Amino acid sequence: MNTGFGQTLQLTLRLASCTTLLLFIFGFPLAYWLAHTRSRLRMWVESLVSLPLVLPPTVIGFYLLLAFSPENVLGRWLHDIFGIQLVFSFAGLVVGSLIYSLPFMVQPLQAGLEAMPPQLIEASYLLGKSRWTTLRRVILPNIRASLWSGAILTFAHTVGEFGVVLMIGGNIPGQTRVASIAIFEEVESLNFGQAHQYAATLMILSFLMLLAFYWLNQHNRQWRIR
Amino acid sequence: MAHPLIQADLSLSLSGKKSVFELAVELSIEPGELLVITGSSGSGKTTLLRILAGLEKKALGKIHSGTHIWQDSATKTFLPPQKRPVGMVFQQYALFPNMTVRENIAYALPKGASPTIIMEMLEIKKLIELADNYPHQLSGGQQQRVALARALVRQPALLLLDEPLSALDPAMRGRLQDFIRETHQQHQLTTVLVTHNEDEIRQLATRVICLEHGKISAQGSPDVIFPQKKNMLKGIWLGVEGQVAKVKIGDNEVLVSFAHSTTPLPNSGDWVWVSFGVEGAVFLKKEGQ
Repeated sequence: MNTGFGQTLQLTLRLASCTTLLLFIFGFPLAYWLAHTRSRLRMWVESLVSLPLVLPPTVIGFYLLLAFSPENVLGRWLHDIFGIQLVFSFAGLVVGSLIYSLPFMVQPLQAGLEAMPPQLIEASYLLGKSRWTTLRRVILPNIRASLWSGAILTFAHTVGEFGVVLMIGGNIPGQTRVASIAIFEEVESLNFGQAHQYAATLMILSFLMLLAFYWLNQHNRQWRIR
Repeated sequence: MAHPLIQADLSLSLSGKKSVFELAVELSIEPGELLVITGSSGSGKTTLLRILAGLEKKALGKIHSGTHIWQDSATKTFLPPQKRPVGMVFQQYALFPNMTVRENIAYALPKGASPTIIMEMLEIKKLIELADNYPHQLSGGQQQRVALARALVRQPALLLLDEPLSALDPAMRGRLQDFIRETHQQHQLTTVLVTHNEDEIRQLATRVICLEHGKISAQGSPDVIFPQKKNMLKGIWLGVEGQVAKVKIGDNEVLVSFAHSTTPLPNSGDWVWVSFGVEGAVFLKKEGQ
């Protein structure tokens, strides 16, 4: 196994881990709001969150490329104020993945929160517990199956993304060259052996993650909230 | 006479089954009483309980407990549920599924309080042998006993019970009624119970409030209320809105429809309870059943 393969795989897993963690932090409040709000904005936000499910990844990648470009306002502002360049960088890949994988985290969390009886939260408040204690001791443990589903799907989906990464990340070894891009490049260079190595690894990894997802789903059905 | 524990003057706009109506209630709760709030479904009983608990922020008006102000919309004072000395038991128990019975009760323990109360509560409420079970391993009656024990750990000044027995079978209801009465007597705890069960009112209430479309239509001791609001209460107990009446079936008379297909048909000469709807008189049950 060559160092390029290890480096690419490591980068892929690092991107998926960062995306999953950050999406949990940002996605949870959004899912909580969607699960409990009666606002008319809800359907607008739900449609926006679900957009990456139906849009070609290249569309998202194209607009992100434009937005992040130092030639445009946002890109120039980020560069001038924070010294951040999102185009053709790992940070840019993370931002792109956050948008691209958003529904995969938010939708399971929202479903889990909607299925949880609201009285559990109210009972906790009436027992004198703060919002933070209620989140930690009541909400998160009781939606743990949804939490794991969201994490697994986000991770697997980020590992498998191609279009967005290619548009905004390019193919820089050690920085933006993730496994799916490497396969494309190896096939173009007719290195089918190398391509097989990446493809088989991704296939096994994805299969195992989906297996975990369905196992959790089945486990969750047996363990019902009453 | 002792000062009331709670004095409240509240209003909230509610959307009922047919229309939007105003819940507007002025009530005082005396220390140590077991106040039953009854009324047909959708009359605002549960909402009133939730306002007292601090779970309905949009309610207007005020709630005072002695010199403490729990809520006053004029001064925008709102004590969150965490800060109110209130225990509440819900219709669907609301035990935390991820915790055992012991953990559910221990969760209610305030910071710095002695954990011996958990053991005491498990013993008093005869829950010791269930202590390590999870809620899904318990019967409805057992879950409701745990919910009640959990609500008592914080030693609340006011206990709110929202139709706590409605999901239980009749035999279990009887046992839990005794359990609630014992708890009320043991702790001398001011309790508000929402129910539309005749037996619960007769067995438990020291005072009854009848709520109709968000307004108090009558209140007093059960002895006073029962004869005064007989037909309205009968309607509530039989699960219909509005008035009901007791009528005698004459020869060749036909009642338009039957409330339950399993209800035995009345014979001519029987006294029956009926309600009056757009489709005519609806047979509810035979007198004495």
